[in-house]
Amino acid sequence: MIIAVASGKGGTGKTSVSVSLAKAIAELDSKVKLLDCDVEEPNANLLLECSRISETDFSVKIPSLDISCCTGCGKCAAICEFNCIAVVKERAVIFPDLCHSCGGCSLVCPEKCISEIESKTGVITKYSSGKIHLVQGILDIGKAMSPPLIREIKKNTESEIVIIDCPPGTSCPMVTAVSNADYVILVTEPTPFGLHDMTLAVDTLRKMKMNFGVVINRSDSGDDRVENYCRKENIEVIMKIRESIDAARAYSKGIPLYDALPEIKQDFISASKTIMKRAGEKI
Amino acid sequence: MKIAISVNSSDLEDKMDMRFGRAKKFMVYDTESKTNELIDNTQNLNAAQGAGIQSAQNVINAGVEAIITGHTGPKAYKLLSESGVKIYHSEEKCVKDIIADFTNGILKEADSADVEGHWI
Repeated sequence: MIIAVASGKGGTGKTSVSVSLAKAIAELDSKVKLLDCDVEEPNANLLLECSRISETDFSVKIPSLDISCCTGCGKCAAICEFNCIAVVKERAVIFPDLCHSCGGCSLVCPEKCISEIESKTGVITKYSSGKIHLVQGILDIGKAMSPPLIREIKKNTESEIVIIDCPPGTSCPMVTAVSNADYVILVTEPTPFGLHDMTLAVDTLRKMKMNFGVVINRSDSGDDRVENYCRKENIEVIMKIRESIDAARAYSKGIPLYDALPEIKQDFISASKTIMKRAGEKI
Repeated sequence: MKIAISVNSSDLEDKMDMRFGRAKKFMVYDTESKTNELIDNTQNLNAAQGAGIQSAQNVINAGVEAIITGHTGPKAYKLLSESGVKIYHSEEKCVKDIIADFTNGILKEADSADVEGHWI
């Protein structure tokens, strides 16, 4: 069972909710795999007391051109959907930063002068924390293509319950992270920005025909527009987390919500039961 | 010499298009014959990425020795400069005045890209 935790807006509490849900599910005696797919700024490891098991480099394939045999025919540039290749003055020029690693250019080159080489773009680190197993991806500084790394992390599904901490937004990284999840939790806050960006995420998930519900973080800090929207759109509000200075203080010390507030444990345990039930239902 | 200017139309009184990668058209102006022709660049308008590279390819293959535009990103700059095309950045003015600035030597050659690349 795969549960993805996403949000339109950044900073709404995806990681706090992901880690707390993982802890609640572990308390229910299940092994949990937590996949930190927020590869541009992964931080679930900061909120879990965990030990590092392994660290491996992650690479993608990019084209390498042997200019001595390039005739400038332009077949490589024509097949590239991502505009990575220009042909000027009868030779190809490749911009690998934009490459999506499809391999098309090397397949169509009649002179066989484009080969594929490995290019490191990130690191995958595995951690263990009791019944929780954390897999974290981190994209190298200056790299722009996160979906291949996210897809690699998502291969780690050999657990009964998998929780995916997704990147914020609604573009390719978020879509890659939520795809194939049985249920998506959208974490939002009751502010105009929170609502606006959540509606974009709702539109995205509906287009993807995903099953989802909402968690409202710092629920008493703004207004009731998020709740009214959810009611109007028939979206289930799974959980509301009240604003708390104690939670903020704990977070600054790397203590997750689940351990910060005594009364919240039970809320997360019942929320996780609802979520697992919803994830088992088909839309 | 032939120069390319990013433009919205063939009208010399019209303001230039400040964008290089996503310019609708390029006006190729011949400083000797004082004639111009338009080349289409609309293939890039909806490109998700790499528009600057494709625009650079377009003007290089049109045989220009220099381009005048509002801004260039790092990839367009690299491809143009490595292909020996000079890059000039201008304020937003009408095309006629920009040509005059160029021929009078008022425009300074750019020594780097002046905007960041865009990612999806």
